[in-house]
Amino acid sequence: MKIVAVCGMGIGTSVLLKMNTEKALRQMGADADADVEAADIGTARGAARTANLVLTSAELVDEIGAVPAQVIVIDNFTDVAEITEKLRPVIEN
Amino acid sequence: MSLADDLPKSAIVTRAHASDWRAAIQLAGGALTASGATTAAYTDEMIAAVEKHGPYIVIAPGFALAHSRPSPAVLHTGLSWVALAEPVDFGSGTNDPVRLVVGLAALDHDSHIETMAALAGILSDEAVLSELIAAETAAEVHAILGRVP
Repeated sequence: MKIVAVCGMGIGTSVLLKMNTEKALRQMGADADADVEAADIGTARGAARTANLVLTSAELVDEIGAVPAQVIVIDNFTDVAEITEKLRPVIEN
Repeated sequence: MSLADDLPKSAIVTRAHASDWRAAIQLAGGALTASGATTAAYTDEMIAAVEKHGPYIVIAPGFALAHSRPSPAVLHTGLSWVALAEPVDFGSGTNDPVRLVVGLAALDHDSHIETMAALAGILSDEAVLSELIAAETAAEVHAILGRVP
């Protein structure tokens, strides 16, 4: 599974989100099955084409637009529990 | 590594007053410039990022990670720290109002990864974070960061 963490610039918030997503996957024992990358909004549409899952903030959802991947909004990028809760249905599916 | 290594006292502002989100980012940009991490132009780039993409930099309750992309205005990778005396609204639906703005300047996409890992550790530790936000001086912030592994 390929997961893309998207923010405006690709260096700050998406990097934090990628780290905490990897932590959530480890806690679920699913880190071997998923590859997480950080992307900025400019390259996100391309990256999302080959991804299964896109994680981003509510403000950026409209800018990403329609992509084949499932898009999940994360409210608190530093809350591993929220990320775990939102990822679990997808991972266990 | 400790976040204290990337956050010189010259980049820390405590009990700061900002009238709105632009003023809050200006403080974070001013602190990056004061510590030598960026030129003043980087402040405008951080504000432009929010004008373009919205307040997505408010990524946790009360916390904004102000940043732009690597540019000639970035002299070296660095962080700044602005704890606001009065919280400021950024227009973020779920995470307003903001009490802490961390400014981030990065030279490229990779060289600040360890810094981000250290920052992620701090942000996920509520006890340490509230102690940091309540700190009254830069030296106090630095001391708290220095004892966090």
